[in-house]
Formats: sequence, structure tokens, C-alpha cells
Amino acid sequence: MKSQRTRSKISPCVIYIILFSLVILMVMPFAWMLLSSFKEENEVFTYDMTWLPSKITLSGYRRALTRQPLLLYGLNTVIVSTVITFCQLITSVLAGYAFSRLEFPGRNFIFLIYISAMMIPHQALIIPSFMLIRKLGLVNSYGGLTLPFIAGPFGAFLMRNFFLSMPKSLEEAGIIDGCSRLQVLTRIVVPLCKPALATLGLFVFMQSWNDFMWPLIITNTDKMRTLQVGLALMKTDIYPDWPMMMAATVMATLPIMIAFLGAQKQFIESLAFTGVKY
Amino acid sequence: MRLLKPRTLGGEQTRTALLALLPSLIVFCVFTVYPIFHSLYLSFFNVGLVAAQGRYVGFNNYLNLVKNPTFRKAVRNTITYTIGVVPVEMLCSLIVAVLLNTKLKLQSFFRTAFFTPVVTSMVAVAIVWSWMLEPNFGLVNSILHKLGIQGPGWLTTPQWAMVSVILLSIWKNLGYNMVIFLAGLQDIPAEVYESAAIDGVTPWKNFWYITLPLLKAPLGFATIMSVIKSMQAFSQIYVMTGGGPANSTLVVVYYLYQQAFEFYRTGYASAVAWVLFAVILAFTLIQNRLFKLDV
Repeated sequence: MKSQRTRSKISPCVIYIILFSLVILMVMPFAWMLLSSFKEENEVFTYDMTWLPSKITLSGYRRALTRQPLLLYGLNTVIVSTVITFCQLITSVLAGYAFSRLEFPGRNFIFLIYISAMMIPHQALIIPSFMLIRKLGLVNSYGGLTLPFIAGPFGAFLMRNFFLSMPKSLEEAGIIDGCSRLQVLTRIVVPLCKPALATLGLFVFMQSWNDFMWPLIITNTDKMRTLQVGLALMKTDIYPDWPMMMAATVMATLPIMIAFLGAQKQFIESLAFTGVKY
Repeated sequence: MRLLKPRTLGGEQTRTALLALLPSLIVFCVFTVYPIFHSLYLSFFNVGLVAAQGRYVGFNNYLNLVKNPTFRKAVRNTITYTIGVVPVEMLCSLIVAVLLNTKLKLQSFFRTAFFTPVVTSMVAVAIVWSWMLEPNFGLVNSILHKLGIQGPGWLTTPQWAMVSVILLSIWKNLGYNMVIFLAGLQDIPAEVYESAAIDGVTPWKNFWYITLPLLKAPLGFATIMSVIKSMQAFSQIYVMTGGGPANSTLVVVYYLYQQAFEFYRTGYASAVAWVLFAVILAFTLIQNRLFKLDV
């Protein structure tokens, strides 16, 4: 209703044309990535550029998997992202529950301090964190890759807000029935907050999958590198094999792309969450 | 019944809360509180990454920083980058959001298309863009060639390298702000526009006097996030240009990375980290005040 009135002067046709041309700009890099990945190694080096490969070949994918330890990078990324996501879900539920349901001295003050940590740029902490991880002997290990991220203020903030919007009556009934707090949490609260957990889980998984700077400095052998670090290092070749690199990029982004297309609503919600709540 | 007795609950709840918060607070203290103070401490020492004990140098690291032409260049580049990214990004995402807020078919298709770059990793898209901008065989120059234009070496000439990095960042983050603006637009009650329509207000005035003021909070939030994100740019620089050519895309975080992890000047790099932290904090607070937000 409102939109039709405000936009009455601009015809929908014009809007479609503007949007479609912008969409082409948005999608073009992905199309270029995908099409290049199916080209022969030398086919890309032509001044007479074509969009479509003359013959679809998987040799770029084969080279990416055989000449580069891409599978190992992938495995490391899966392990690191899964561990971080799993731990962060647990720590966030616990912290969110404490900040919303339990009364204790200084609760709001501690919460405020914890939340304000979201304003600290990650890069300002990276040197001492690195030194600490090195002192613990965890450089180039899964421990070093995951430990700093197993809990975070964003998760606690998100879960607390979710709990505050949930009625207390079920939990109270549980306590009256003689459940312990832990039982209330695992049997009543957690099943009820599945949607929030899915949102947080997707967000954390995507962030750790895409993280670059920390894995870059904390790993120093192929054995421990993640996909993002591996991709970036592939790019430093003096004579870049573009079809192979595009194939590697396709494979490295595919899991997140599929997850995004399958659960768009949760993805968009989780990323815009702080924006909507301002 | 226990719920009704707050006094006995106080002790039990405090203990339970402490237990529940323990993992979060340990990580917070070890990987946020301690590092921020440790990096302040380090910034007053001349210390390497491996050396156990440094030499106390007072404010020398900060003084050297201010005098260092490369750091000043990095600061100027970061400002250029931020000014290049934020306004254009805000404008584009606002336009897209307003257009999408009409009753369109295919709305979810459009939203997906604009949002896809947001969920893709910066490293991956930076590699794809590097290939698109490749001077001889890349997509952009090939198209320009067909139009009879000789395209520049996008990533190899100082003036175009910065432009390329800016364009990539705008392309990548447009969808994020679009979603925030779209949520804000949908919160505006229809009655506001209905009464304006009765008064015969033109669409442009509608936008300027009704939509924009009511979008103040999301606009403020998105601007803050965008400025902070711009000041932290790293991955796209690392992948596309490595700070070059001739330091033309050297930004503060990349400088920090080089000093700390390539030249092992830990104390000096910590001073850079603290300057970055202070500037970002100041920006957040000023913008909060400006837009009267509680972030």
C-alpha cells in the first residue's frame, strides 16, 4: 500500500531495469569464476576473450586437488569451524542464560563490559594473542586456531535477548516439578531456543570458515593451513594458473554458498541481527 | 516454591551464574582484556616477537610512528579508502533498498543476488576480482578492449589499485547495508505515507522528509559499521595488491601486520594497534553521539 503510493511516479519497469542491471554486476564475478574454472589452462590466455569455455574440462579441478593440498586445507577448515561453532553455542547459551535469568550482584555491569568488547577491533589484540598462543605451545595447532573463538560477546548478547523474549513460566514449572537448573536448561530451555541456536550457529560457522588474518599468522605449515590461507598463498605464484585457482575458489566457497541458499532467512537474520536491534 | 524465596536463591543463583559464565569470562579475560593491556604495555618497549625482554623506550614508539612517512602514508591511504567506500556504499545500498521495498515480484531473488557477496569470504572474492582485473586477459580489460578502450593495469598502477580495492569492498558489502535499510524501511508505518499522499506530497519530498529521517537509526548503525570495517581492511589488500604498488594501497592494518609479523617489531606494531584501537573507539563514540544510538 504505502510503497505503491510513494513510488507511483516511477514505473515498475524502470525499477526492474535498474535492479536487473545491478544484479548483473553483482553476479558477474561469480559467473566469471565458475566459467573460468572449466577452461583449459591455456585457454584463458587469449586476447579474444570468450565467456564460455570452448570445451568444458575438469582439469582445473584436478590440478587444484592434486598439485595443491586443497583437501587437507578443507579438512582443517571443517574441523576448526565445527569446533568453534559447537563450543560457541554452548558457551553462549550458558552466558545468555546467566545474563537473562539469574540474579547476581553486578549482572548488568558485567554484561555491559562484556558487550562493549564487541567494539574492540580484532587486529588490536592480535599481537599479544599470538604471543600467548606461542607461549602455550599452540602455534600451528587446532588449539591455536580455535581457542580464542570458543566464546564471544556476540553470542551471549544474541542468546540473552532471545531468552528475554521467552516466557519464564515453563522454566518455573520445571523448577517446581523438582528439576535442577541444569535440567531446566538442557530439557526445557535449549529445545525452545533452537531457532536462535541455528541463527547463531550459521553466523559463527560462516565467520570461522571465512576468517583469514588469525589463521594466516597462527599457522606456518600446509598441514595446519585453512582454505582461506591456502587460497591466498596460491595467489602469490608468479605465473598464476587461473583456471586452477578459480576451481579452488569454487570448491572453497561452495559449502557456504549452499548453506546460504538453503537457509537464506537465517543467514540474513543473523548478519543483520545487530542492525535490526540497534 | 523455591523461586519465591529470593534470599536463599541469591546464593544459589550467584554460584550457578558464576559457573555458567566461567567459560565466557575466561576467554574474555585471556583473549581480550589481557591482550589489550599487554599490547599497551608492549607499545612502550622496544621488543621483538621472540625476544623475552625488551627495552623500555617510553613514548618513543608513538613518536616514531607519527614521524614515520610510511605510517603516515598508511593513515592517508586508510582515510582515502574509507572516504571512497562508505558514502558510495551507503548511497547504493539505500537506493537498492528503496527500490526493493516496492511490491516487486522476484523480491527474494534480488535480495539473494545482492546478499551473496556478503557471505562469501573476502579472500575468495579478492582472488576472483584479481583475475577479473588482470591487465591482459581479465574480464574487465577484455570488455574494454572490445569497446576499443585500452584498459589500465588495474592492480599495477598506483592510482587504479586503490580504486580497484574500493570497488571490490563496495560490491561486497552493499548487500549487508541493504538488508539493514530494508528492515528499517519496513518498520515505517504505512499511515505516515497515506496521510502524506492525502496532502499531495511528491515522492521525492516523501523520501527526503519522511523516509530519510525515519531511517536515521539504521543509517547511523550502518555508517558506523561501514567506517569501522573500512579501517580494518586487510584481506583484500593482502590478496590483491600486498599494499603496493609503491605503497599506494598500504592501509593501517596491513602496515600493522607487516611490522609485527614480517619485520618482528612487536613494540612498534603494538603502538600501531593502540592508535587503531583509539581511533576506532573514538569514531564509534562520536557517531553514537551524532546519531543518538546505543550500540
